[in-house]
Amino acid sequence: MQQLQILGHTIIGQISGLGRALLMLLSALFHMPNPRKGFPLLLNQLYSVGVLSLVIILVSGLFIGMVLALQGYTILVGYGAEASLGPMVALSLLRELGPVVSALLFAGRAGSALTAEIGLMKATEQLSSLEMMAVDPLRRVVAPRFWAGFISLPLLAAIFSAVGILGAHLVGVDWLGVDSGTFWSVMQAQVSFEKDILNGIIKSVVFAFVVTWIAVYKGYACEPTSEGISRATTSTVVQSSLLVLGLDFVLTALMFAN
Amino acid sequence: MSEILVDIKNMTFKRNERVIYDGISLSIPKGKITAIMGPSGIGKTTLLRLIGGQIKPESGQILFDGHDIPQLSRNDLYEVRKRMSMLFQSGALFTDMSVYDNIAFPIREHTELSEDIIEKMVLMKLEAVGLRGARGLRPSELSGGMARRAALARSIALDPELILYDEPFAGQDPISMGVIVRLIQDLGQALGLTSVVVSHDVPEVMSIADYIYIIAEQKIIGQGTPEEIYRQTSPLVQQFVKGESDGPVPFHFPAAPYREELIGRGSK
Repeated sequence: MQQLQILGHTIIGQISGLGRALLMLLSALFHMPNPRKGFPLLLNQLYSVGVLSLVIILVSGLFIGMVLALQGYTILVGYGAEASLGPMVALSLLRELGPVVSALLFAGRAGSALTAEIGLMKATEQLSSLEMMAVDPLRRVVAPRFWAGFISLPLLAAIFSAVGILGAHLVGVDWLGVDSGTFWSVMQAQVSFEKDILNGIIKSVVFAFVVTWIAVYKGYACEPTSEGISRATTSTVVQSSLLVLGLDFVLTALMFAN
Repeated sequence: MSEILVDIKNMTFKRNERVIYDGISLSIPKGKITAIMGPSGIGKTTLLRLIGGQIKPESGQILFDGHDIPQLSRNDLYEVRKRMSMLFQSGALFTDMSVYDNIAFPIREHTELSEDIIEKMVLMKLEAVGLRGARGLRPSELSGGMARRAALARSIALDPELILYDEPFAGQDPISMGVIVRLIQDLGQALGLTSVVVSHDVPEVMSIADYIYIIAEQKIIGQGTPEEIYRQTSPLVQQFVKGESDGPVPFHFPAAPYREELIGRGSK
């Protein structure tokens, strides 16, 4: 009986948490600061959320492209199909690895930082003091961070895929001797804009929404203690990573099955 | 009694089934310093948050100049909040801005004044708290007392009618304590501010308050001017005012009998 009660409590807690997260998101989105004050805030956040994540995205993209080319080449060359290296790498990156890996890296690099920052602002009463100054923290703190994440991640994913393809070119063409013309032309012929590039972009937009939403909500709703912040930061990374991977499967099934 | 700015009527507040306030009523007169005292952990800060509308009571009214705070719509609440201000115990300065920008923040948010005028306003507020020279510092570079003074400058930036002080003296050395006591008094007089000071520092509060409420056990256990409070015979009030460790408020947190815990229930 008691276990049933605990189960009920947990479920109600989860659902009301989801409701609160939704309400927070709606009020953050519908109470945009006026453009003159809001734009500098957004630019600031685009810098700290987006530009500062560039290094990790560039380096990871490059290495993942290089590894893909190396692995792909050793398999394809056995069938004499090394000409397909270009499309293989491009399709893997554009459809899957670009959106997914950049979302995972983004959750670790920027998502955790957003949660910790907002959580610490809550713990040090900065959010309360904004409220008491009649400044809505959702508008002033949460909204610019949410938009910055939502805008940054799809761009970062695109950069990730582009750098990955360059990395694959470096390994496949410059080191392993695949013909450069073949590499690019077969890739161009096989990659379709609508099916591959657009679907990849849709994926990264969905992931951007999910990761940033979780990050700002966890910070905003965290228990304002050092332990609470650390728990919130961890659960941002864990939950958004799991959700990205799960959603990736669902989206892939919807987009590419049959 | 002079005009009332904040009037709390029969207000009950619960936190997770625990009753914090059980139908309390109190009034805060305009232009005076009202102190709310009581032992730690009885929800004095909660009372300030209730007045500021950050949390809602279970029942009862909290009237600010005739507006019932818990019933206000979000927009109306934000309008009312522009007329009040709160000094947080931690100061709650924005750590990503300089002292100057912290004080300019509410002015920039709520007015369309030019930077020239804002600069003059900020410098005047900083001068009032003696920190004009520290305008370029970051909050992390300030001492605790300076941070609280900077926060005080920020809370008077838009000349509010009501200012809520949350434990303004806690953790201050005697000198900065003296400075803050003087500031609360001077600002109240010079600007005609209504001040509510929540504190448990008896001598400081007694020295500046016009009227005092003492809260314990979910209720107001004593009220009056400082002289009246000293004269009250209630043992609870006397214990608090004199700072005695044991009395109606027990020294021990409720626990099983000492003897039983040490030698065990079953031993003979």
